[in-house]
Amino acid sequence: MLFGYIVKRLVAACLMSLAATLVIFLIAHMVPTDPIRAMLGDLAASNPDTVARFRAQWGLDRPLHEQYLVFLKGLFNGDLGVSIKTRRGVVDDILQYAPATLELATVAALMTVVIGIPFGVVAAVFRDRWVDHMARLVSLIGVAAPTFWLAFLALALFYGGLKIAPSPGRLNLTDIAPPTVTGMFTIDSIIVGDWDSFRAALAHLIMPSAVLAASTLGLITRTMRSSMLESLGQDYVRVARAKGLPERSVIMWHAVPNALIPVVTLGGLAYAELLAGTVMTETIFAWPGLGRYTYQSATALDFPAILGITLVVAVVYLIMNLIVDISYVFLDPRAIRQ
Amino acid sequence: MSYSTSVTAIAAAQGIENRRRRWMRRYLLAAIGGGIVFLWVFVTLFAPLIAPYNYDAVDLTQRLLPPSPQYLLGTDELGRDVLSRVVYGARISLPTGVVVVMIGGVLGTFYGGIAGYLGGRVEEIMMRVTDLFLCFPPLILAMAIAAALGIGWGNTIIAMVVVWWPKYARISRSLVIVQRSLEYVEAARMMGYGSGRIFGRHILPNTVGPLITLFTLDVGTAVITFAGLSFLGLGVVPPTPEWGAMVSEGRTLISQWWVSAFPGFAIFTVVMGFNFLGDGVRDWLDPRAKQN
Repeated sequence: MLFGYIVKRLVAACLMSLAATLVIFLIAHMVPTDPIRAMLGDLAASNPDTVARFRAQWGLDRPLHEQYLVFLKGLFNGDLGVSIKTRRGVVDDILQYAPATLELATVAALMTVVIGIPFGVVAAVFRDRWVDHMARLVSLIGVAAPTFWLAFLALALFYGGLKIAPSPGRLNLTDIAPPTVTGMFTIDSIIVGDWDSFRAALAHLIMPSAVLAASTLGLITRTMRSSMLESLGQDYVRVARAKGLPERSVIMWHAVPNALIPVVTLGGLAYAELLAGTVMTETIFAWPGLGRYTYQSATALDFPAILGITLVVAVVYLIMNLIVDISYVFLDPRAIRQ
Repeated sequence: MSYSTSVTAIAAAQGIENRRRRWMRRYLLAAIGGGIVFLWVFVTLFAPLIAPYNYDAVDLTQRLLPPSPQYLLGTDELGRDVLSRVVYGARISLPTGVVVVMIGGVLGTFYGGIAGYLGGRVEEIMMRVTDLFLCFPPLILAMAIAAALGIGWGNTIIAMVVVWWPKYARISRSLVIVQRSLEYVEAARMMGYGSGRIFGRHILPNTVGPLITLFTLDVGTAVITFAGLSFLGLGVVPPTPEWGAMVSEGRTLISQWWVSAFPGFAIFTVVMGFNFLGDGVRDWLDPRAKQN
């Protein structure tokens, strides 16, 4: 039954990815600006022969469904087209910028889990006390404060005002990046044993990832708190207390594991938040990752790049949701029956 | 005697204390939220009377002045008054948030409601279409669509509506499915009412409560998303004073923090206001939620 469930989920995820490519393709064809004029320029576009040759060359004279198949074939060969702005393959661009974002997002996700879950637990246990009010404030900031604003305030206060934070970017201007292995500066500098680079990279990483974590921290803390409150009111907690277990064990071994289940299901949602957050955070902190690439593509109306990013993001999003769905069954076997 | 009296007194005091707390939670935050929202609606309506200067009056001799009695929130790079621009910004952000949630919400509610009411194969197909939109993170999909449609206020609203309706479709479908099997629907059917009338006059009104709560909470989310799109240059065209675009314009002015900080603070208060108000509306419409 479990195996069948996983297979069903996998097939569904594959179908959804395929559907996502269709959406991307349709958006690309919705563009009101004439791609021929944009590619050829006005002079060449006034010559019907040139236009016809161009249309034939790019397959634009074929029916829409054939064009879609050509587009799909390109995708399977790892071809997302050429960026108008950088004049490079969109895939090459994405591969170049991905490690910086992966580094930033991983640290932010770790911060969210390490701070958000204990915070939610403590807030529920000490309900209506100051810890709880603090938790409420943190979730409020996470929900209501735009990430780009928080990023700006952090930079203005800690870098501009107090001068205790390093400059924006991944390293100081005078620092030399460690030789590329993974593309993540903290890991690469450990590999070559360059501790000065490691310290610099880590120092530059702290503030952007903290800002990025703020958006998901609110979500996780709030959900963990309400889930924990519900869990504490359940019969199994009463039983655990009745058999004389110390309150500490009741919370740690009975209430928390059950309260974690709803938080796991937020994985996909938190990822979407985190992703939107990287666009804003990286732009403000001059972080050369996918988020800033997205920002630059959006402001330059660089379609191939925008669509390429959208597709990659959608596929990773689907994979995240797949992981959430599957891990959910292991955490709560009852779910399979539904 | 005195012992029991004091116990009663303590119990009574605790009762009052608890009640005070519960009252605080239930009404105080909702009142604060309502107050903030009311204030912003007021600012939106009477912007020309409130703004001390013209929002796009450029004065290069007055560039980047810090907040002072003359310019309460300072001036930006072109010497424009930040306060006046923040005030006029409300005229863009608030209507956008409300319009997106209204159009997206109503479309989604009807779509999901009809799917849930019809059931079977039709429901299956309709909900698969919804899933299609939900397989993208909202901001990213809105960004792609806004970029494809071309920059402009109307196009940004369309892009947002496209990513907005699916979540309402899902919720309204599940609400309708619960209602569909209830006895009053059976009764209405036995009275000989048609499907359209049962759906429109009986089922939909019973799903309105949770949806209104969601609408209220969601206006804040729409405002913040719109500001995000404008921050990315995909919202309204400068020099229109829009909060997200204003933060973006001032984002490199670390020492002249007021240029970006105040428009961002405006977004923060609007979203906070709608959140508090939405929580209050939920408690009011769904008494069961109060106990938690």
